[in-house]
Amino acid sequence: MIAAHLPALQIVIPLAAAPLCLLLRKGDLAWALSLLVSLIALAISAVLLSQVLAHGPISYELGGWAPPWGIEYRIDVLNAFVLLIVAAIGAVTIPYARRSIADELPESQLGGFYTALLLCLTGLLGVAITGDAFNLFVFLEISSLSSYVLIAMGRDRRALTAAFQYLVMGTIGATFIVIGIGLLYMATGTLNMADLGARIPALGANRTIIVAFAFLTVGATLKLALFPLHFWLPNAYAYAPSAVTAFLAATATKVSIYILLRFFYTIFGPAFQAEDLTLHSLFIPLAVIAVLVCSTVAIFQINVKRMLAYSSIAQIGYMMIGVSFDTVTGLTAGMVHLFNHAVIKGGLFMALGCIVLRVGTCQIDDLAGLGRRMPLTMFAFVLGGLSLIGVPLTAGFISKWYLVQAAIELDDWVVAAAILGGSLLAVIYVWRVVESAYLRPAPENAPDEVSEAPWSMLVPTYILIGASIYFGVETSLNVGVARAAAQFLLGGAG
Amino acid sequence: MTNLPGLYNYWIVIVLMMTGFYVVIARGNLIKKIVGLNIFQTSVFILYISMGKIDGGTAPIIVADTGGAEVVYSNPLPHVLILTAIVVGIATTALGLALIVRIKEAYGTVEEDEIFAKDEQA
Amino acid sequence: MVQRHFILRVTTKLLMPFILLFALYVQFHGDFGPGGGFQAGVIFGAGFVLYALIYGVEAAEKVAPPGVIRVIMTLGLLLFVGVGYFGLFLGGAFLDYNVLAHDPVHGQHLGITLVELGVGITVAATMITIFLSFAGRNRT
Repeated sequence: MIAAHLPALQIVIPLAAAPLCLLLRKGDLAWALSLLVSLIALAISAVLLSQVLAHGPISYELGGWAPPWGIEYRIDVLNAFVLLIVAAIGAVTIPYARRSIADELPESQLGGFYTALLLCLTGLLGVAITGDAFNLFVFLEISSLSSYVLIAMGRDRRALTAAFQYLVMGTIGATFIVIGIGLLYMATGTLNMADLGARIPALGANRTIIVAFAFLTVGATLKLALFPLHFWLPNAYAYAPSAVTAFLAATATKVSIYILLRFFYTIFGPAFQAEDLTLHSLFIPLAVIAVLVCSTVAIFQINVKRMLAYSSIAQIGYMMIGVSFDTVTGLTAGMVHLFNHAVIKGGLFMALGCIVLRVGTCQIDDLAGLGRRMPLTMFAFVLGGLSLIGVPLTAGFISKWYLVQAAIELDDWVVAAAILGGSLLAVIYVWRVVESAYLRPAPENAPDEVSEAPWSMLVPTYILIGASIYFGVETSLNVGVARAAAQFLLGGAG
Repeated sequence: MTNLPGLYNYWIVIVLMMTGFYVVIARGNLIKKIVGLNIFQTSVFILYISMGKIDGGTAPIIVADTGGAEVVYSNPLPHVLILTAIVVGIATTALGLALIVRIKEAYGTVEEDEIFAKDEQA
Repeated sequence: MVQRHFILRVTTKLLMPFILLFALYVQFHGDFGPGGGFQAGVIFGAGFVLYALIYGVEAAEKVAPPGVIRVIMTLGLLLFVGVGYFGLFLGGAFLDYNVLAHDPVHGQHLGITLVELGVGITVAATMITIFLSFAGRNRT
């Protein structure tokens, strides 16, 4: 009986736990509840993925109202994959958050923190699971509003301005998405995504639908911080509490890319944007610029968190390159990188959080000599950095490999060169951290008692870093599922 | 082109939307930005609400005694949807204003350029 | 402060019961006519905001202590989610009202009333919390 209701439970268990956390008030109790909930969510998403792989898409009618009238939760390979990523990152972040957050926030705010974190998790899972366009907007706003709160909890006062900037940009993006959904409803009279996908080809590319498409695309690219709409991202990531940065960097932009994929392939169909609008001629240059420019900007950052944030924008560029190729290999590459980058960047930001906990800052000069004083943390950072660069036997290599393959398939040598160039730039910015940590002596006035980070933080870090190595060797989960999802999107859409 | 005045609701939506958008982009005062954001969102509310209105349609509550005549109801769905969006808008505004209160306490100003100047010094 | 705004204070006192009663009307008449939890909650909250504006934040906090309001806020949300779970336990889908009573029509009626009540409580409590936390910010 329970098995049939898993899609609903995926969302409503974190949703119900969020207010309970606020009631509990005690930080440790709220943390224990969040941990339990995140593990349940992970288990449910794993079961859902295996069910989808075995039996095909699952549909769940919320409130017993049949689609297209009621809200439908519709799970296919693509969103089961995204659900698993989000739930897994959530389940790794929450054990990590306990020490990290207790250090950064006063005791009275802990209950509120876990409430916001669970709401953010609910929102992101909801965006991924829902089959209703307007419901998607509601969940998107649940996750966005709670992430503004989470970012504003950073210690630095610049966290407040960063959160405000993100709030303004995020709200504009979300409002654009509502406008697009409204126009689609005007043209078709339905909000169910599958139903929209069935009706739009019949209507053809009329003006209402093209305008709706434009609004949805701009709104979604604002949310996913595609160059040049990325200005909210570096500050938001740099000044948020460490655990929040790790969680958001690994999930929020990934879910936004999922939204874009859903709009492009399920609602409008592959033919619409590729043949009628030739959108890739816009997206590929933007994505290439994102890779090259933001990797270069990352080299000149003195704050390592900001450096990784710029690197994230560059990595989003890689994903968009893959997505815009519009071939099975390209889409697979984009989605593999979506998965791998979530793991790598989550791990890197967690390692950085360990450093912040012990050293207090993450300026590149303050990292001097840390290779000897925090060997385990720095080793994790180096492994993550290698994966970010794309060294063979790491997850990063797999995604770059597929990307280059996709580019060569289309004889697009410029893009292939840009991908490799981006990796070279990544070598430089990762090297700057390594050089500071291993080759420079500790500064004279450095505090003596800098010791290794606590186990409760190191273990989650190593889980993600270990995963980024594991998925570089054993690729059946990430590449296999991503390929299935890509084939599903290009073949079975409509 | 003949029905341009007939679709005046869209002109209202476009004017409001661009006003709000302009205020968000051009004003440095954080409170004015939130006001602009609100105007921007309101334009979308009007877009949805006017979309649900049907000529001669009545409120979508079943009329008990129609007297055999056909009753035209307005479409309630966009109104319900926009009620949700209004609630989201309220939450965004409240959060934005709360952030402004904290920013004012931390920086002593709500002007964007002065905040940037203070960050540069620090 | 005590003797100022005599007219406003008396009018508020007179209006308060009607505002709150109207909120309850909008709440419980919501399934027969225009109305519902959101609107009712906002009207109910507005009554408190009016009270706080005229009589001062301290007086309002005596009537509605922030800690209690916060608990009520979460309980409202839990009522909403609880109805959903209850439908699930009775064998329907999440938020399926048909299974709440023997007769689907009664079930729908009961379900929507409870859910809207949860929404109303949450919205009213949230409105009061937002107002009080802004208004009470500079006192401490």
